[in-house]
Amino acid sequence: MKFTFLTLALLAGSSLVQADLASSISTLKNVGPEGKGNAAATAAWQEVAAAKADDLTLLLTGMNGANPLAENWLRAAISAVADRAIAGKAIPTTALIAFLQDTHNSPQPRALAFDLIQAVAPDEATRLTPSLLEDPSPELRRHPVARLIEEGDAALAKDDKPAATAAYQRGLSSARDEDQIKPLAKALRSLGQKVDLPQHFGFLMQWKLIAPFTNSERKGYDTVFPPEQSLDFTKGYEGKGKSAAWIDFTSTDEYGKIDFNKPFGMEKEVTGYAATEFVSEEARAVELRLGGKNGTKIWLNGEQVFARDEYHRGAKLDQYKIPVQLKAGKNTILVKCCQNEQKEAWTVEWEFQLRVCDSTGTAIASAKL
Amino acid sequence: MNRHLILVLALAATSAKADWLQFRGANSSAVSTEAKTPAAKLKIAWGTDLPGRGLSAPIIVGDRVFITCSSGPAQATLHVLCFNAADGSKRWERTMRATGRTMSHEKTCVAAPTPCSDGQRVFALYSSNDLFAFDLEGNLLWLRGLMHDYGNASNSLGMAQSPIVIGDTLVVQSENDSESFAAGLDVATGTNKWKKDRPKAANWTSATVWKGKDESVVVALQSSKGILGIEPSTGREVWNYTDGASTMPSSAVGQNALYAVSHGITALAPEAGAATQLWRNEKLNPGTASPLVLGEHLYVMNSAGVLIKADLTAGNDVWKLRLKGPFSSSPVGAGSRLYAVSERGVFQVIDTTAPEGAVSQEIELKETVLATPSISGGAVYVRADAKLWKLE
Repeated sequence: MKFTFLTLALLAGSSLVQADLASSISTLKNVGPEGKGNAAATAAWQEVAAAKADDLTLLLTGMNGANPLAENWLRAAISAVADRAIAGKAIPTTALIAFLQDTHNSPQPRALAFDLIQAVAPDEATRLTPSLLEDPSPELRRHPVARLIEEGDAALAKDDKPAATAAYQRGLSSARDEDQIKPLAKALRSLGQKVDLPQHFGFLMQWKLIAPFTNSERKGYDTVFPPEQSLDFTKGYEGKGKSAAWIDFTSTDEYGKIDFNKPFGMEKEVTGYAATEFVSEEARAVELRLGGKNGTKIWLNGEQVFARDEYHRGAKLDQYKIPVQLKAGKNTILVKCCQNEQKEAWTVEWEFQLRVCDSTGTAIASAKL
Repeated sequence: MNRHLILVLALAATSAKADWLQFRGANSSAVSTEAKTPAAKLKIAWGTDLPGRGLSAPIIVGDRVFITCSSGPAQATLHVLCFNAADGSKRWERTMRATGRTMSHEKTCVAAPTPCSDGQRVFALYSSNDLFAFDLEGNLLWLRGLMHDYGNASNSLGMAQSPIVIGDTLVVQSENDSESFAAGLDVATGTNKWKKDRPKAANWTSATVWKGKDESVVVALQSSKGILGIEPSTGREVWNYTDGASTMPSSAVGQNALYAVSHGITALAPEAGAATQLWRNEKLNPGTASPLVLGEHLYVMNSAGVLIKADLTAGNDVWKLRLKGPFSSSPVGAGSRLYAVSERGVFQVIDTTAPEGAVSQEIELKETVLATPSISGGAVYVRADAKLWKLE
């Protein structure tokens, strides 16, 4: 009787502890912009960071659906718990593997689980790596892609070109990050294979362009020129020192650059517009990913979704990730691209690149009507 | 006791300890306030590996050294590390994830701003505008994602403005071409006490601290427009110098003047309501390194790696000494010596009392060094991308 009572009391105590922990995790997940919830989170963090090693998967589960700020609160707590667990050789590896393998869990905590497995059980991490090749987490995909690059390189060193080609092709098919895609594309091309990078990335290559409108004193950025009011590709307008009319433009750049300098000349203090249509088979969330070094605004179906007036500080692939909602059928994308007054050699670019992908960076192609 | 006096006393108490709590130390002066200065001949006491890149300087709080790093393919992994100053052993590390953009010029990185401390907390800011407050034991106190809050507060070349803490206010700057601001945050919760727009222009300078004759403490925010003196707890303007200033090297503070990097060097006497120009010397042109006042002289490193010793009355040359450059970091000083590290990792000790200045010691660190050294407890701390050293 005593034993049963004690067991029940312990179980009840354990449940209370779990309830407290869940409550503290919930407090951390309630943080928001401008420090909202920070004061409560400070105290809650101490509770979460004091959790036992066996609670690591509970903490990781808490990261599911958390906003990026809450993710970091939980990440720091997990780090504190994991430090103690590693020191005490108490990392629950089996539970972490189960958490990793459940793709219902969010990418960030799954990647964190893999890092912990790698830290304490590298052989297990090695065993699990091939299974991550088609993982929804681009961060986790990096591991098997890196291994395929190594395998391809090793095969090539033995002059086994078919094996090298197969490894590189599998790697490219799954790679989502430019630093892995570039060497894979180069290796495949050296083996005589065709690689369609615009298709792999999902760059939008075909546009209608119009220019030049003025951007003197950078005022064109906030000036509403006719293309912002209505898109009529049959119309021409009075531009900056010349007339402006819509032209068809197809990029031949394999990184999808839409270069206004090519059709309109190397103008300064000018504004150009680019318009295209993207057909989606269903209403869905996507990311528009922009790269460019000019003042830029983007509208999707008439709604402004991006604006940034930075000039010539650098450009890169996926510089800006813009979550948007596509409607089923035709979607109109309008890009405003402003060139400023700078005269230095590194300020001649008047261009942008834009691709459509999901949140993992996987390209989404426009459907045909 | 008024609020300003409390702040001054707090600063004085801090500077009396063997601490180096922010970029370029107490008041951003780049000069150690300790009685114990580094020995004439230094050697590497210890070196420890770091998990990522960084242009941020180490800071020292008591017997602990804190440093930040960034790593990963997109530099999105952000590290805060704490080491024992005595032997370089690691006490703790926290690894966070960038919530803001991590793009930067390849020479710099996301861990570019130097962290700061009020002696009880460590505030770590990154180019991604992620800001973390830890206690000295590594417990997370609060965090902010300033780019998460203010979406266009970024610079595609990377940002590097280091925060400073004055009393219960942490002053952060995110000055860029698009959504440019400075803010004062509550050190206890990280919430905004004030936030104000700043000139829309990329800016890599860090704030300096100016103590007025009335013992008031003013934070000097430098930008392409000039230098704005603000009350740290409110952001209220105290004085405003509007004749333009550098956006790379930060200004130097002396006992009686603020030596602004503006049209060469412009000496200012800031008082409530105005910053009076004392003199201007357009021949003194700092390169990337920030100038400093050591004793009775101003020291300016130009873009050719020539260190210029100038008087404080008009900025006239006393001597010029060519060092082994180039330099991205700024020199720091203690006693009569300056310490400078070139990009190629040549640590140089300069005897400022030699008639023409002299390099009294060189140590080849054999790593690229872009970060400014720190001084504490008679030792100089230097970091590279993959290494942190203590020299004593």
